[in-house]
Amino acid sequence: MKDILIAMAIVGGLGCFIGLLLGVVSKIFAVKTDPKVTAVREALPGNNCGGCGYAGCDGLAEAIAKGEAPVSGCPVGGAETAAVIGKIMGKEATFVRKVAYVKCSGTCDQAKQLYHYYGATQCHQVAQTPGRGSKACAYGCLGFGSCVQVCEYDAIHVVNGCAKVDKERCAACGKCVQACPHGLIELIPYEAPYAVQCSAKEKGKAVRTVCSAGCIGCGVCEKSCPVHAITVRDNIARIDYDLCTGCGTCVEKCPVKVIRSV
Amino acid sequence: MKTLLLTLISTALINNVVLSQFLGLCPFLGVSRKVDTALGMGGAVVFVILLSSALTYALDVWVLIPLNLVYLRTIVFILVIAALVQAVEMALRKLSHGLYTSLGVYLPLITTNCAVLGVALNNVQKGLGFGQAMMAALGTSLGFALAITILAGIRERIEYNDVPHSFKGMPVVLLSAGLMAIAFFGFKGLV
Repeated sequence: MKDILIAMAIVGGLGCFIGLLLGVVSKIFAVKTDPKVTAVREALPGNNCGGCGYAGCDGLAEAIAKGEAPVSGCPVGGAETAAVIGKIMGKEATFVRKVAYVKCSGTCDQAKQLYHYYGATQCHQVAQTPGRGSKACAYGCLGFGSCVQVCEYDAIHVVNGCAKVDKERCAACGKCVQACPHGLIELIPYEAPYAVQCSAKEKGKAVRTVCSAGCIGCGVCEKSCPVHAITVRDNIARIDYDLCTGCGTCVEKCPVKVIRSV
Repeated sequence: MKTLLLTLISTALINNVVLSQFLGLCPFLGVSRKVDTALGMGGAVVFVILLSSALTYALDVWVLIPLNLVYLRTIVFILVIAALVQAVEMALRKLSHGLYTSLGVYLPLITTNCAVLGVALNNVQKGLGFGQAMMAALGTSLGFALAITILAGIRERIEYNDVPHSFKGMPVVLLSAGLMAIAFFGFKGLV
């Protein structure tokens, strides 16, 4: 009987002692956390995908509470999350839903193949081989689908040798943007009507000899755009979506039809 | 001195906590995706095992053995380790935010890492002296850090390999861990 009592006293006493000690320690080492951080963190999806550019949802919550990141910083949560966070922060939320877009249209029948390729099947490895894979264009989609592997939303697929994004499924987490060794994928607004579907920086003739779908950098779109939303740099046309009104003039004027509706 | 060094080598390499005693397998497989995080976990484990071994050793010598309560070791040690990890986490958060953000995620995981409890129990059950017990703790935790870092390095390379479909994911990792264990078996003749 005595033994049992001693054992109970020791374990119970130890428990109480540790509890007290932890209480004291938590008082001594108390760190003030902004209640806003907790509130914002709870509003975020909690996938920790890192699409916002911060280390997980905790990182973004801290940045939003400090005012370093916009309330619409989470690309996955979308307009709803942005609205909730906007309420917490007392700011109006302007959220532009974005989707990934592959700036290449070099499918098997458009781009020339130089040889039959056998070897490594990861895009970033193929991108380091001489000639960057069998496709004649050194800038285009390699078609090995590293973007497909990283996508958690099953929103990107390689169709006929060229990656294509399913607009409705895309959550704009940006993982494919990082995965593409050729930097072909860009986040564009969901509402964007048109996009340039090529990234080849060669001069017009060089582009056309390797791919029948490439941008030749002629600059007709730049001149014809009524709001000056298009610039041609490195022989590639780029659309500024802040200015684009979606009038469609460039699509009509483009001689090679590389500006297409998304 | 010679015994201490032998203890260090035998606990780190020959009786490696993960690969020959099968303790702490959960973090070994769970947090070994990238070398950076594996190193973070390894560092946190070294820290916690050293602290908890010292504390539990003192508790055993001054409280449990004099009172004839040796059979309560397991429960008391778990209590102490859990509390210690909590306290360390709180202290780190206040004192060194950089260290907290790099270790913070792993510290709560260590509470349930059986390697920590295993070392503490092993030390007192074998009746080691304090110096030897601390050396065993250091060796074991370094062995854990070594094993998890090597596995993370292997896993980073496996990612880029053409693994047969049925072996993708965990199976190939378990196979690699098994091969590592066989390789570590070679240390048996060392001492």
